Amino acid sequence: MKILQNIIDEHGFDRMLSRLAHEILERNQGTEDLAIIGVRTRGEFVARRLAERIRDIEGSMPDLGVLDITLYRDDVRQHLRQPEVKSTEITFDIADKHVILVDDVLFTGRTVRAALNALMDIGRTRSIQLVVLVDRGHRELPIRADFIGKNVTTSRGQEIHVRLREVDDHDAIDLVSIED
Amino acid sequence: MSSLSIQHLLGLQNVPKEDITLILDSTDSFLEILDRPIKKVPTLQGKTVVNLFFENSTRTRISFELAERRLSADVVNFAAASSSVKKGETLLDTARNIEAMKVDIVVMRHSAAGAGHFLSERCTSKFINAGDGAHEHPTQALLDMCTIRQKHGTLEGLNVSIIGDIAHSRVARSNIYGLLSMGANVAVCGPPSMIPYDLEQLGVRVFSDVDAALDFSDVINVLRIQLERDAGADFPSLREYHNAFGVTRRRLDKLGREITVLHPGPINRGVEIESEVADGPYSVILPQVTNGVAIRMAVLYLIGTRAE
Repeated sequence: MKILQNIIDEHGFDRMLSRLAHEILERNQGTEDLAIIGVRTRGEFVARRLAERIRDIEGSMPDLGVLDITLYRDDVRQHLRQPEVKSTEITFDIADKHVILVDDVLFTGRTVRAALNALMDIGRTRSIQLVVLVDRGHRELPIRADFIGKNVTTSRGQEIHVRLREVDDHDAIDLVSIED
Repeated sequence: MSSLSIQHLLGLQNVPKEDITLILDSTDSFLEILDRPIKKVPTLQGKTVVNLFFENSTRTRISFELAERRLSADVVNFAAASSSVKKGETLLDTARNIEAMKVDIVVMRHSAAGAGHFLSERCTSKFINAGDGAHEHPTQALLDMCTIRQKHGTLEGLNVSIIGDIAHSRVARSNIYGLLSMGANVAVCGPPSMIPYDLEQLGVRVFSDVDAALDFSDVINVLRIQLERDAGADFPSLREYHNAFGVTRRRLDKLGREITVLHPGPINRGVEIESEVADGPYSVILPQVTNGVAIRMAVLYLIGTRAE
């Protein structure tokens, strides 16, 4: 694995989160009936930071939750992998809420599909909007994000690595090569 | 680690601590699903599970069936009383025929110890033991451990006594293996005629005085006197058993501290346990039933989606 390019550094990361928070508020006209739900694992931390940023701007904190989509993954059913199941922590009623679903990278769209199915089993939201830090293309399903930190053109042999200070000591987004 | 090292769940003897921990840790997610308005996830969609019950059971079969349906598996129920077993078909032939119908997981209860083990070596499906004779009942022990962990936060170092008919109990055996693996201090208590002679070699304390067992314990698991397995022949009368070994409010009050009370059910009220205790504030008997569905969902998920 080789880092090909640093796409976002620590300062850029901070600015990107601020811009996304403003865009979410603008589209939804405030925090009323707004809920932010992060997809485990990294989406959870991004969601928390977005919610805090929104609180700083608007003065009120939206509901915050964490979604584990392991049991909804189609690759598990095909015995491709067996990820550890972690719990979903959504302690509020999502019915009639505008849910902002947060993930770090949008790639094939399968994770988002699983997350949408999971959310629909939990309750009937008024709307679901998708936020991702990076859209790297290669979609296999007709899914698009409503708020995008950065579009990055990638090849299949590359990956986007999102580093977060909660788990990696610093914030950064790198384009890496997984081919030798 | 996120995969079980075992391919089948036939018992808890020799199951590594890591596997037990993984099952217990996964259970919280499944409990959360049971609290949702739509209590169903698509995890085992397309998988077929057969519940092969050669022995009567209500709660274990319903608990497994609910767990299977909540994971979206296709479920087939087989009861021996209305099957070709009555026509003389062997166990292996029955299992092979069912397997030829392309079943992925077999949940099996049988009156013979080792029946699941026997078939798992000869069939390609994955086997989950739902009770084999007086041998093991691993999912019951796992749900007991899950319930204890919910209440106490850990199993390590806890003093747990199993009180009652130990010799006839598959629940006791699985609990002993599982609890010892998880670092609990395990004791048993019952009439000497109901205590297997070799338990002390496993590192289990043996009490013949129920008050001494209660004094030792943070948790007690009270077992049913299995009258259908001739347990009544091992002591003079139910009344005498109750006087000597029954868990009563008076006995618990004497301790002057809280003690967690489990019972795998069904309860013989007024025999091994008083109603006041079974329905009392220290009882976790109903949470055990809820945890049973979640534990079985966790086991089905981990066994059913395990990469080969």
